[in-house]
Amino acid sequence: MKVTRKEVERIAALGRLELSEEQKREMEAHLSGMTEHFKMLDAVDTSSVPPTAHILDKVNVLRPDKAEPSFERDALLANAPERDGECYIVPRAVE
Amino acid sequence: MYEMTLGLEIHCELKTESKIFCGCRNEFGGEPNTHCCPVCSGFPGVMPVLNEKAVEYTVRTGLALNCEISRYSKWDRKNYFYPDLPKAWQTSQYDLPLCKGGFVEYELDGKIKTVRINRIHLEEDAGKLLHEGGVSRIDYNRSGVPLMEIVTEPDLHSEAEAVAFLDGLKSVLKYIGVSDVKMQEGSLRCDVNLSVAKPGQKLGTRTETKNLNSFSAVKRSILFEYDRQCGVLNAGGTITQETRRWDDNKSVGYSMRGKEDAHDYRYFPEPDLMPVVLSGEKIEEIRKAIPRLKKERIAIYTEKLGLPLYDARILTADKDIADLFEGTAAVFKNPKKASNYIMSEIMRKGKREGSEDVEIGVSPAALAEILTLIDSGVISLAASKDVLDAVWNGAESPLAAVERLGLRQNSDSGELESAVKEVIAANASAAEQYKAGNQKVAAFLVGQVMKATKGKSNPKLVGELIEKLLKTN
Repeated sequence: MKVTRKEVERIAALGRLELSEEQKREMEAHLSGMTEHFKMLDAVDTSSVPPTAHILDKVNVLRPDKAEPSFERDALLANAPERDGECYIVPRAVE
Repeated sequence: MYEMTLGLEIHCELKTESKIFCGCRNEFGGEPNTHCCPVCSGFPGVMPVLNEKAVEYTVRTGLALNCEISRYSKWDRKNYFYPDLPKAWQTSQYDLPLCKGGFVEYELDGKIKTVRINRIHLEEDAGKLLHEGGVSRIDYNRSGVPLMEIVTEPDLHSEAEAVAFLDGLKSVLKYIGVSDVKMQEGSLRCDVNLSVAKPGQKLGTRTETKNLNSFSAVKRSILFEYDRQCGVLNAGGTITQETRRWDDNKSVGYSMRGKEDAHDYRYFPEPDLMPVVLSGEKIEEIRKAIPRLKKERIAIYTEKLGLPLYDARILTADKDIADLFEGTAAVFKNPKKASNYIMSEIMRKGKREGSEDVEIGVSPAALAEILTLIDSGVISLAASKDVLDAVWNGAESPLAAVERLGLRQNSDSGELESAVKEVIAANASAAEQYKAGNQKVAAFLVGQVMKATKGKSNPKLVGELIEKLLKTN
């Protein structure tokens, strides 16, 4: 299945990726190759297989509602590119 | 003339002890980023583990709203880029939510109306952005708070219906104990989908106004958007499907531009969380834990406790008030007197400016004690207000407050008699009217005595003394 240039551009935009013309060409080829590869699944008869929500059989992995100590704020903020001792700081983002 | 059609999406934070996918405390407020860990701060490589209480509360809500509970539900990632979500996706439920279908009954102008529920799903709340100057500061305390989204069908047709429905829903959520539903703290928020059409025609294009956090904002934003859409159509224009914001201070709605191109959440199954499977027994177990709702309580108050329907309705409008009444009436065995006192003094005192909630600062035991003190003549009704002020949100007992403030009313008839005599002497014409058969002035004279003794006299005794003194005169 061919992934078009338009689709590559849309997917890149959704992922906030800026691609050069060269990269777009590469992506077109890569993504087309992948979808082509997965097309082989179409040959399998899945009419008797229920939809799969997860590859593992486990269900109901739950924890009791119990509060535990949180992390030290300084330790959490240590990885932030910018911070003020209380908060993470990012460029102004108003929806 | 256009008719409006409304569908609501209600976001409700669940009152669990810990967050939905980690053990951080679920608590409003707190210093920024102090209820956080790598899971709710979206660090790479962390694994979420689902809070069983959040599932239980969502199912409890579904049962209270007459929904079908899914035996099998799963988790999905809703992808979008905005710094309030540190992972760049919100863990939510897409095609297999915990609850489907259902309905809510609410009352407007004495009529019972119904709104159908489309679905209820569980997700995580996002963090809070504080915009300051050229930057945004992020506080992730709210990130990962269990958030339940209730989606209605488009069954509402006026702002009054929307508010009455929300009020009814809020009451149910509070009664079943899943949320504290404080709109001013954001634990209950509402998105409004609105379209207009001429009667009989198919629904128009809808817009969505997001994040309304008071009944007043819901009402005003609906009226604003209705007028705006009618204006566009009357001018020959067309409505664009869009997401809008409401500026509560300026009372205007505005479009959130530039989201159209990115409006694709690319939902896909969350690989880090296992599906939830609920057995019939588990669902029944949750159903049994649902506390008595408003309707049932009204029946008990009117049938067993002999209250008028009017009282029962006012007392049950808010669960905290209903609980206070029940606790008080269990000790102080005059339900009507307890009801009267709560409807007047407690509701007046507990009402907060700009809030739909009544805050209660007195325990049922303390209120029962105050009522007993009034009933046995130890304090006057007037003095009880000072007692209430003294014990409100405090640890002092009503009796201790009475002694400390010297509010014990005078029942010494000798002392009172001289006070009454003085008042009669000072109000000779009123006394004459009384003697001439005008009973109404008695209340005036009692009032004068109460004033002269600074409210510390037993009004019943004062009345008797006035009668005695003026009759034998």
